[in-house]
Amino acid sequence: MTVLPHEEKHRRRGQPPPFLASLSRLAGTMLSVLLTMIGLLAITFIIGRVMPIDPVLAVVGERASPEIYEATRKAMGLDRPIIVQFGLYLRDIFSGDLGTSTLTARPVTEDIARVFPATLELATIATLIGTLLGVPMGVLAAVKQGRLVDQIIRLVGLFGYSMPIFWLGLMGLLVFYGILGWVSGPGRIDVYYDGIVPSVTGMILVDSLLAGERDIFWNAVSHIVLPASILGYYSLAYISRMTRSFMLEQLGQEYIITARVKGLSEWAVIWRHAARNVLVPLITVIALSYANLLEGSVLTEVIFAWPGIGSYITTALLSADMNAVMGGTIVVGAVFIGINLFSDLLYKLVDPRAR
Amino acid sequence: MSTLLSVEDLWVRFRGPNRVVEAVRGVSFTLGRERLGIVGESGSGKSMTGRAILRLIRPPGEMSARRLELDGTDLLALTERQMRAIRGHRISMIMQDPKFSLNPVVRVGEQIAEAYRAHARVDRREARVRALEMLHAVQIRDPERVYDAYPHEVSGGMGQRIMIAMMLVPEPDLLIADEPTSALDVTVQMQVLAIMDKLVREKGMGLIFISHDLNLVASFCDRVLIMYAGRIVETCEAKRLHEARHPYTRGLLASLPQIDKPVPRLAVLERDAAWRKQGGIDASV
Repeated sequence: MTVLPHEEKHRRRGQPPPFLASLSRLAGTMLSVLLTMIGLLAITFIIGRVMPIDPVLAVVGERASPEIYEATRKAMGLDRPIIVQFGLYLRDIFSGDLGTSTLTARPVTEDIARVFPATLELATIATLIGTLLGVPMGVLAAVKQGRLVDQIIRLVGLFGYSMPIFWLGLMGLLVFYGILGWVSGPGRIDVYYDGIVPSVTGMILVDSLLAGERDIFWNAVSHIVLPASILGYYSLAYISRMTRSFMLEQLGQEYIITARVKGLSEWAVIWRHAARNVLVPLITVIALSYANLLEGSVLTEVIFAWPGIGSYITTALLSADMNAVMGGTIVVGAVFIGINLFSDLLYKLVDPRAR
Repeated sequence: MSTLLSVEDLWVRFRGPNRVVEAVRGVSFTLGRERLGIVGESGSGKSMTGRAILRLIRPPGEMSARRLELDGTDLLALTERQMRAIRGHRISMIMQDPKFSLNPVVRVGEQIAEAYRAHARVDRREARVRALEMLHAVQIRDPERVYDAYPHEVSGGMGQRIMIAMMLVPEPDLLIADEPTSALDVTVQMQVLAIMDKLVREKGMGLIFISHDLNLVASFCDRVLIMYAGRIVETCEAKRLHEARHPYTRGLLASLPQIDKPVPRLAVLERDAAWRKQGGIDASV
């Protein structure tokens, strides 16, 4: 093997060249993601085996003869050793096959492709509301620590924290839909608009814009605004509280005095110096809160008749639709892993010490 | 010698729920374009005096003074906005540990450039050039590389030189150095001090050097104030420090080990409750 001079220099120092180093770090991350994913699949696989539900019986029905039962069992591969079954399970999943839902009689993949965008839409808007309002509120509360505005912000946060979400949802519907009529009622869209725009992303807000249907877009907005605000309020409560405590911690640091000694304005001290340091732990907080919302918030989805992944998995679980439950769990888990990976990358971007 | 800074009857108080802590109790002194040392033990009020001059005592702390003048400007009468134009531009401060006093997520060069741009109307490129010059002035060998470094990537000695560059880049008239070498290795202490001394002399600035190190202050400063319990108990020329008469100063001096006169047992400083009650002295010249 020929060794180029610059390569040799790197080897002599015992360090790989920089691009190889970042490549190997990336490979390491990918490997750990893959391992986590396989762990997740092992868990869903085990759930499928230990549940006291006979998958064969679910297919053939109670009145099938023993021969048919046995034949189906073989056809489903359930007579093979468990490790082989796991291998087959992995093969199916990596080829995008999550099985068929017994409840909807459709492939689970298709079902999830329909319900997940609904949750994604809701969770994204809720997180945007929670972040765009929660971060400034937390900063303001920290800067005005102990003053009236701080007390009010903390009370608003405490209220969001402690009110049961179904109560907030029902009250919201009563007041803003029932009495004031400012927003539309449950569901993602009015019935007469249903199914008009072609589904591209599955998110009505995006699809209607892509199709250029403004009326449908605003109708969808009027439907999503209330559930998204309620979920957003919940994440706002959490995010503003965490922001406040991170900010207080940073404002007590010495580099803040340095910034003031330089003669910078309070605005620059807070937003240019403290906020950049607050961002570091805040990324994790926002990412986790987003991931939690992406799991689907069953109560909100039920109250607002929102066909999301939370209510899909819950319904499937209640009717022992194991393929749907396992499929849903895999998707939720994969989303969680994905968001964690993304927040890790962001973390490295904002904190030079983590690189 | 013209007076650069005059401080008269300066008080710093911290109001707690149950009691009031008086950190500085009626300090008066003046400063020309000289190097003034303030020595004293922890809690004697020396750092708070430095911060009060910059009007950087934050609630629940509060400061008051009969007079606080910089070159004829009454600092007490200035609005917060006018005071910001003084900070950095006319009076600057270096703190103890660069590990904490530099913003960890901002490149050090940008932090220096920011200090310059806070008071000079220049664009980014010009501020960068000025910051690089300043890094060169504090004897950093590879300014371009250091400019782009983050604080965790530089050593303590280099960090403190960066702090000096940052605080001197707007060319202030007065520099307050609050224990600038206490967090550094003994080997780099002298190097950092020499750089600071050179720049302060070149630019003809006034320097307030806050330290608990008597020997350092004696060799480095022109004049020394000795603080105890929030008051100035003694003032003298630095080279006559060994002739100091106040029992507290004598006690501090006696507790220092001397290499040419080894003693079997070092003296322990005995504090007299009466010192607390005595009025401070006026160190104006």
